[in-house]
Amino acid sequence: MHVDKTKCVGCGNCVAVCPMGAIYIGDDSLAEVNQEECVECQACYKGMSTENLPQQPTRFLRNLLAFFKLRFQPDPDICPSGAITRDELLWPRKVRRVFSDPQMPHESTGIGGRGTMEVKTNDVTGRIREGEGGLTVEFGRPGVGVYFRDVDKVCQALANTSVEFQLENPVTALMSDVKTGQLQTDILNEKVLSCILEFKIDIEKISEILKVIEDEVRQLDTVVALGLAIRCDSKGDDAVRSQLEELGFDAWRAKVNMGLGRPTNPTPAREEAIL
Amino acid sequence: MTNTLHRFQKPDDPKDDHVVFTLTSPGINDIDSLQKARDFLLTSLKYNPVNLAGGSRYGPMFRPEKDLNPFKLYVRGRKEHVPPEQIIAEMSPPGSALVVFDKKQDLEGFLKEIKEMDLGLSVNVSSLVEDVREMAPRTGVWPHSINYALGFRGDLHRLPDRQVLALTTLCGHGLIADNFARKMIDRVKEKRLTPEKAAGYMAKFCVCGAFNTSRAVRILRGGR
Repeated sequence: MHVDKTKCVGCGNCVAVCPMGAIYIGDDSLAEVNQEECVECQACYKGMSTENLPQQPTRFLRNLLAFFKLRFQPDPDICPSGAITRDELLWPRKVRRVFSDPQMPHESTGIGGRGTMEVKTNDVTGRIREGEGGLTVEFGRPGVGVYFRDVDKVCQALANTSVEFQLENPVTALMSDVKTGQLQTDILNEKVLSCILEFKIDIEKISEILKVIEDEVRQLDTVVALGLAIRCDSKGDDAVRSQLEELGFDAWRAKVNMGLGRPTNPTPAREEAIL
Repeated sequence: MTNTLHRFQKPDDPKDDHVVFTLTSPGINDIDSLQKARDFLLTSLKYNPVNLAGGSRYGPMFRPEKDLNPFKLYVRGRKEHVPPEQIIAEMSPPGSALVVFDKKQDLEGFLKEIKEMDLGLSVNVSSLVEDVREMAPRTGVWPHSINYALGFRGDLHRLPDRQVLALTTLCGHGLIADNFARKMIDRVKEKRLTPEKAAGYMAKFCVCGAFNTSRAVRILRGGR
């Protein structure tokens, strides 16, 4: 992203709306984008309403009002002159937008958002079965961001344990070697708003795996949000919650798949999908 | 499509945040899924949703206006949100949908009706797990799989204060900036904005429609 200096009126509204705090007012009193911090999430471009006011008369009016101790103040979600501009992104910078703009579907999974399915369709895919656990580690949210070099460290540490990385996952798709958990070297210095690593674990080993994650993330300059996906028994109960509480986790909030999905496509279409 | 797992909430907080969404699986239940997702949203309208979306492509109820001018700003007034009928008409295949309720009884009524409709699509509820289990005998819908939120780890000093975090996590994709949430809190305190107006401004940045404006209003008023 960048700010078109021929349009910007320097109102500063975009400074507050940037989730990464990457927009600031420069020495010329106009907005600028710190390209290293910008994760190309497009929040400023897509989220702000625009008014398309002309720059010079608006700046003149602004200065005039300031002279009389009055304030030019557009609504806080408006860019008065439509000065926020998108750049054409090339690899590897492109990866920033793919992981930060939820309207961008991930090529590896075809899913928008963070590109993960977790157990949202487990009732029809059977991705996680009883006794298995699907651990999700979301790096970098909310608004803190994460470099892939930090994600890489955790992936490699986890690869040394018994975890099985979920293959249909955008982070796994960026691994040059799924066995070692190593990410492609060309993306390591790219920063994203957040990304989610998914892997299967044996529920019995949960405390061991969580300890590995905690030891690794303690050294990182970011925040992670953990999630554990499980399959319930036929009565909708699970034994994992009490186990999590014993380990000191507050398992209050959850995304619950209600089991209402079922295969509805005619059989040949389903067989084609499996092939 | 959504990322509603890590909303900042405790069991004794008011029960005003329930997100329900439906998804299709390619090759399994995606034939005619667009109409089914439309039916899902149409049905939700009976239960007073506070936000809804038919996929993130066109955006949810609260959307930015890209063609404002002085007439629209000062004479006509700004559009607060688009009508649900427009969202339903704009939906595109394969069809995914999301609704946010601020009352447990609305969630319960909706789940009961969705079960009877037997759409065949995967339906997920993001809420307090005890609430979902507690209403199961009445709705007839029991959890199949659960993704538990286990909280934040790492450099927690980088997280904002509780009130800001409660607002920013209402958009799970992190598109509501800490600074913007803080600005809205301050403007409400200064009485330069109503909580409803401030919540509406924030909702426009959440493209998936998971932002709960009703909960945001409560938080902006100083509640937890």
